[in-house]
Amino acid sequence: MSGIVGYGVYIPSYRIKVEEIARVWGDNPKAISRGLVVDEKSVPGADEDTATISVEAARNALKRAMIDPQKIGAVYVGSESHPYAVKPTSTIVAEAVEASPDMTAADLEFACKAGTAGMQICMGLVDSGTIEYGLAVGADTAQGAPGDALEYTASAGGAAYIIGGKNTIANFEETYSYTTDTPDFYRREGQPYPRHGGRFTGEPAYFKHVLSAAKGLMERLGKNASDFDHVVFHQPNGKFYLRAAKKLGFNNEQAKTGLLTPVIGNTYSGATPLGLAAILDIAQPGDKILAVSYGSGAGSDAFSLEVTDLIEKNRNAAPKVKDMIKKKTYVDYAVYAKYKGKLRMA
Amino acid sequence: MTETVRAWRHIPQRYNLIGSKCLQCGKVFFPKRILCPECRRKGKLEEINLSGKGKILTYSVIETPTDEFKDIAPYVVAIVELEEGAKVTTQIVDYDIEKIEIGKEVEMVFRKIREAGDDGVISYGFKFRIKD
Ligand SMILES: [Zn+2]
Repeated sequence: MSGIVGYGVYIPSYRIKVEEIARVWGDNPKAISRGLVVDEKSVPGADEDTATISVEAARNALKRAMIDPQKIGAVYVGSESHPYAVKPTSTIVAEAVEASPDMTAADLEFACKAGTAGMQICMGLVDSGTIEYGLAVGADTAQGAPGDALEYTASAGGAAYIIGGKNTIANFEETYSYTTDTPDFYRREGQPYPRHGGRFTGEPAYFKHVLSAAKGLMERLGKNASDFDHVVFHQPNGKFYLRAAKKLGFNNEQAKTGLLTPVIGNTYSGATPLGLAAILDIAQPGDKILAVSYGSGAGSDAFSLEVTDLIEKNRNAAPKVKDMIKKKTYVDYAVYAKYKGKLRMA
Repeated sequence: MTETVRAWRHIPQRYNLIGSKCLQCGKVFFPKRILCPECRRKGKLEEINLSGKGKILTYSVIETPTDEFKDIAPYVVAIVELEEGAKVTTQIVDYDIEKIEIGKEVEMVFRKIREAGDDGVISYGFKFRIKD
């Protein structure tokens, strides 16, 4: 099977604390922080969107992959916040990394799992010999309605993966998906903010799909939790993530590296790809990784990966997740509202 | 549609800082030129991908921008001298206004430049940020 040739990440540098959002809406900040296991979230600058985040992540992936971008045969950007309703983000990314024009491209949408869906498509195209390299990006600038529970977590960020057949830093061993029609979270055309099913988003949605995909993959491989060095799940909040890990029999040591939501919030399509990148930032040759995304609507993509000897070679060629998390400037709710376009200008 | 066409024409140089280099005297220009002002007819210009690294030559803080840029104000516009010698006028992003000074090293980032209203084309391109 194919593998990862290079990966890159981008997290906007602005942050808002859960405390600050709670202050505005009169909620108890401690109770919310503890309940969601989230302390602060990333906020995109006024001139940042899914296209700019995707380009930065893709350029960082190329710094590590060190391939000729003209050899990229496919570009997929998965997001639920593409800047245009009609007009692909993927062509902007392809042009900005100088991969066009001898290639195919498309935008993908599947709530928070559109990024991993793009990775699966690239794997298929590489494995079939159709393309030499594929670029898959998962990125979002997520919107929560003012005052809605989602506002505490909906954040911005993304990760890009260059998938190919040789000189890989990690190889895919298997991928397995679990998909059903479940209306746990949705946004209708023309609506600025999504709607969600409250408690309905837990058991029948997130847990059912994440656990089924993880179990399905492990069954196919005849493996169990102890066979993996690292695990990462989609992370709408820290609480769901930790509970999913526990239910599947993973310990804190295996699960902690991929958990980023407490410090950057839920980056939606960026979440699992960013968590996987945080693992690749520290992984050793031979490490086994299980990554499971989740997208409302609903489905999960599970991947089993094994890290190769090349992992350390270009590791420092681009910023690590930890570097991006550290670089931050706090904003208050008013500036956050301005950057996120929540204010109606005259 | 004129706005759209104008934005589209500038995509290569706005996305990737593509300038030109005179093969005769070695001077680098941005934006691209078709004639070297020094060598005139003897010069031969070639496209080059600029590295996107440079330093601030001079800057100014825009506190009262046009309505279009109100959401990013106050912001810094600087003249950046690139490693290759060409100069670009650009916005400096994600800065701490206190920390901006002449001579600071900067690097290219990809940002939204402007939106032609709520229903028009979105232009993207380079801006710069202070290197850590
Ligand atoms: Zn010349």
